[in-house]
Amino acid sequence: MILRKTPASLAIALLLAPFTAQLAHAERLVTSLSTHRVLISSNFTGTSLVLFASIEDSDATKEKPKKYDIAITVRGPAATFVTRKKERILGLWVNYESRRYPDTPSYLAVLTNRPPAEFGPLELQTKHKLGLSFAALPQTIAADEEFGAALLRVKKAEGLFYEETNAVTFLTPTLFRATLPIPGTAPTGPYEIDVQVFANGALAAQQSTAIEVVKTGFEAFVAQSAREARLDYGLGVALLAFVVGTLAGLVFRRS
Amino acid sequence: MSIYLPIAELPVNILLIFGLGIAVGFISGMFGVGGGFLMTPMLILVGIPPSVAVASVPSHMAASSLTGAISYWRNRLVDSGLGLVLMSGGLLGTAAGVWIFSLLRRAGQLDLIINLSYIVLLTVIGTLMIAESIRALWRALQGQQPVLRRPGTHSWFHGLPLKFRFRQSRIYVSAIPVTAIGFGVGLLGALMGIGGGFLLIPALIYLMRVPTAVSVGTSLFLTLFTMLAATVLHAVENRSVDVVLALTLMIGGVIGAQSGARAGQAVKAEQLRFLLGILVFAVAARVGLDLLTKPAELFSVISTEAGG
Repeated sequence: MILRKTPASLAIALLLAPFTAQLAHAERLVTSLSTHRVLISSNFTGTSLVLFASIEDSDATKEKPKKYDIAITVRGPAATFVTRKKERILGLWVNYESRRYPDTPSYLAVLTNRPPAEFGPLELQTKHKLGLSFAALPQTIAADEEFGAALLRVKKAEGLFYEETNAVTFLTPTLFRATLPIPGTAPTGPYEIDVQVFANGALAAQQSTAIEVVKTGFEAFVAQSAREARLDYGLGVALLAFVVGTLAGLVFRRS
Repeated sequence: MSIYLPIAELPVNILLIFGLGIAVGFISGMFGVGGGFLMTPMLILVGIPPSVAVASVPSHMAASSLTGAISYWRNRLVDSGLGLVLMSGGLLGTAAGVWIFSLLRRAGQLDLIINLSYIVLLTVIGTLMIAESIRALWRALQGQQPVLRRPGTHSWFHGLPLKFRFRQSRIYVSAIPVTAIGFGVGLLGALMGIGGGFLLIPALIYLMRVPTAVSVGTSLFLTLFTMLAATVLHAVENRSVDVVLALTLMIGGVIGAQSGARAGQAVKAEQLRFLLGILVFAVAARVGLDLLTKPAELFSVISTEAGG
């Protein structure tokens, strides 16, 4: 699809823009990403992007540089997930209760320089969605511990939710680098990358960028055929099965 | 050695998938079953999304059963007439099964009903087959004649009209019970998401008194057509057939099926029935254990949006 932010995040960005200016922090964030397009071909097993960013502080005092905290949140295309819990009924383990999690990122990575809990008070984490649980789940159902925790646990085990609290490296007090992992199982589509800078327990600067994970070449052709020329594609696979089966029959004939 | 699957949207170890294709193909060729009831759960275990696994396995079954059927055909062990009559019932049964499937899904707890009927059905068939083949093996050991085909014994359905002579099967029966068997297998197959070969073979052997080898050959012939149809239907309805996955499975499958077909024709009929009985029983036990033991992870997460 076209590379574009979701309307909601755009609205948030617009709302936040005057705020960040108004907060009158003098910091400005400049980011650079190694690539904005992750291309999937037949040998794709995952990749990683390198993000460099510099914090420019107009009224920095040379003697006592500020100590910054960084949170980088990568969100894949949103999807609706259903978490089901098995219960024992009449001796059988069957799916019983379930919860729906609409508008949840299908891929989520939160990279920080230290645990977000050390950035400042809890309100800071909830307000700026710091850390995996705050970034993944809407506030309204985050309270439903058991199911939300299970969603995080299962997605982490699948490698699609990822949290690293020492992944941001400061090269100088104002220049930092982070490596963003894109696993082989990453869903295709637009990814949003939010870089937040905190100083003294408050948001000091923010910058959003985006990348796109797309199939290329043969993989793109197959995906497009399966989607757009369904009947031809299905007949093609059936023909392939017929040819492979017949050829094997001929090859193995003598003996 | 990894390769990216364009529809499943993940990289897999291609040698592992190829190996699965060979192993399941061997079983498919030996017993004349499609092997979907083994392959689909294994692919899901490897991490392939269920929708892609269910949609891609039929093409593997089609290729394996075609190459197996060719082998049986050369030895005149395929009854195409019987196959066609079974197919007419099978198509109606499949349509009815798909319809009931969507009714049950709307009512909820589809998985449980399917699993329970799976266990009951497979346990019964497996037990009957094992018991019967042990008796046959025992008689063979005692040096007695096998008495599976009892000439002169007629079931009630031998009185029905529309009688046909199926030469390869050496039976002369009405088309009505044959169509009914096809219907039943098609219905259950669609409901349980399987080809139904291991339901069809016992039905042909025990109800229709078709020789074991011809039952296997005819079942392969039938599986070929139903699985080709299933591949096209899945591609049109669900768009989740992965051609790279399918081709890898197919190539492994035909290699396995060739040796399996040879192995199947080498062993004695009652031994083959015994082994098939064990296999059917083992599948029932596995599904049963899954339901009875406490899973390590009580929670499962599924995405409600289809990939694309």
